[in-house]
Amino acid sequence: MHPINRRDFLKVASFGGLVFASGLSGCASRAAKSEADEFYFVQLSDTHWGFQGAPNPDAKVTLPKAVAAVNALDPQPDFIVFTGDLTHTTDDPAERRRRLAEFKKIISELKVKDVRLMPGEHDASLDRGEAYKEFFGETHYSFDHKGVHFIALDNVSDPAARIGEEQLAWLKADLAKQAADARIVVLTHRPLFPLFPQWDWATKDGEQAIELLMPHRNVTVFYGHIHQEHHFKTAHIEHHSAKSLIFPLPAPGSQPKRAPIAWDPAQPYRGLGFREVEAEHDEYKLTEYPVVKA
Amino acid sequence: MKRRTLLLGALAAAMGSARAEPEVIRIVARKFVFEPAEITLRVGVPVILELTAPEVAMGFDAPGLKLNTEIPPGKPVRLAFTPDRPGEFEFVCDVFCGSGHEDMGGVVKVLP
Repeated sequence: MHPINRRDFLKVASFGGLVFASGLSGCASRAAKSEADEFYFVQLSDTHWGFQGAPNPDAKVTLPKAVAAVNALDPQPDFIVFTGDLTHTTDDPAERRRRLAEFKKIISELKVKDVRLMPGEHDASLDRGEAYKEFFGETHYSFDHKGVHFIALDNVSDPAARIGEEQLAWLKADLAKQAADARIVVLTHRPLFPLFPQWDWATKDGEQAIELLMPHRNVTVFYGHIHQEHHFKTAHIEHHSAKSLIFPLPAPGSQPKRAPIAWDPAQPYRGLGFREVEAEHDEYKLTEYPVVKA
Repeated sequence: MKRRTLLLGALAAAMGSARAEPEVIRIVARKFVFEPAEITLRVGVPVILELTAPEVAMGFDAPGLKLNTEIPPGKPVRLAFTPDRPGEFEFVCDVFCGSGHEDMGGVVKVLP
């Protein structure tokens, strides 16, 4: 496993966003593809709708502001993904449904209507995804978009953070239909690799999913859960985590406890944001955006 | 005869001592605490951790000690091990159990 050198960041882009080039191993067939295959999508993560507390005194407006920021992108993305923890956990099933309903209403304001969702443990671990499915359907699925095969994996409906044998068998069958050089993007909530199990930043059987993905040369994983950007490689597979839209968390193992980074009134929304993922021939270009422009 | 009985008795006592069961340390995992949350052990002294979860399924994960188990509600789980190095080893609940799950943890202190 290899960390990706942050010096690989190329430049500061417009809107204060950072650009990261996520290289795939190119091949002639892909290089020859037309610009029609180029597109971008937006990844938002860990919105934790329903959270109340000092780490984000503006929790009730952070998600609507992020929706407005995405709506201001020009051109608009082809589609939008939310990689889990749409709502903040509650032990009350009725309140969970209220939060899911409110979340659904807020994101209905997105101009782009092709929105792909998946749960986080806050949404799904206490009822094995029952309430989530009532609102948003299946928790794992795949779809194709302009030459890229997307796979959403559920590593949260099992409260023990397992993908599970049944879903792994589904993944194996799904991948069997893909060529070895197919462009594959995996969307999930928890890291598939053991980033920092001491803080529950892992998927118990994530290594099995990575093993199934290994024969495919062009695989990139986008996930959430850790409330910060993190870039890592397991062999040739890149793993990119996204910022949160509620509060940032410290770097893995950088302090004794996994506690939210305090809200700074002088710099509200610091550490929060979303990203644009631009698919270009043989690479993904990541651009990070803040919730509000500085 | 009497002397022989005494010798056998001493031998049996010595064998019994050598086969003494490791100490059982009971830990209860409930929403959203481990009780106790701090355990002190000694290097080389075998112990059995007996974990119970009276309410809902819980987890016990101490990566630094390579200990991990799920704790089904109402069914005690035993983990036998012998600490082999001193230090402080954090453990967490790694089965999502509710609104206080993320703060649920503790530490095993291993003395030399």
